[in-house]
Amino acid sequence: MTAVLTDADRPLGAVCTFVGLVRSRNLDRDVLFLEYEAYVPLALKAFSRIEDEVAHAWPSALVGIHHRTGRLEVGDASIVIVAASAHRADAFAASRYIIERVKQIAPIWKHEHFSGGEVWIEGATADPDDLSARDEARRRACA
Amino acid sequence: MRVRIRLFARLREIAGAEELEREVPEGCTLSGVWQALAVEFPAMAPYQRSVSGAVNADYARLDAAVADGDEVAFLPPVSGG
Repeated sequence: MTAVLTDADRPLGAVCTFVGLVRSRNLDRDVLFLEYEAYVPLALKAFSRIEDEVAHAWPSALVGIHHRTGRLEVGDASIVIVAASAHRADAFAASRYIIERVKQIAPIWKHEHFSGGEVWIEGATADPDDLSARDEARRRACA
Repeated sequence: MRVRIRLFARLREIAGAEELEREVPEGCTLSGVWQALAVEFPAMAPYQRSVSGAVNADYARLDAAVADGDEVAFLPPVSGG
């Protein structure tokens, strides 16, 4: 880690960490716990694809993405994203872009167990080639 | 020819299995596999407009051709994070 951060060829001055947590309430429901399911080989490829997009948009950024699966309790971390870059703007932007893209194209699903029932959360139709989705992630990252 | 079909989340629950093997006609597309599945499991039909597809663990358009022995997957809208 120290070797990476002090590398003279890629001077890093900022590290931005994003941690997503299991929230206790969702859409007026009291959440008991979540179960995450993933299509793992495709999820890893989706992460690589997102990393490639980041390398193109913010060439100075070094990033990492990790998502957990299985049962997670309220307050547990579900996803950790790290972005390091020369200056803070790129680290913030890259980390925000990554979480937006994960929500758009990573084949991962939340099964929410709440007081009184359970429901699969269904967000975005995953289409990595949808340029308008990519632009929207970029817009949010740079807002 | 035969394909392996991987299903996730609500689609997996509807089918009662995370993996199925089905015989499909030669030259069948991902969309053709989906249509047959939606006939077999009518509760999947509402996903017609929102489902994504993959072939051998790569995203694929629904008009992509599938080959004997392929692993195809159908993905309901995703909700990671």
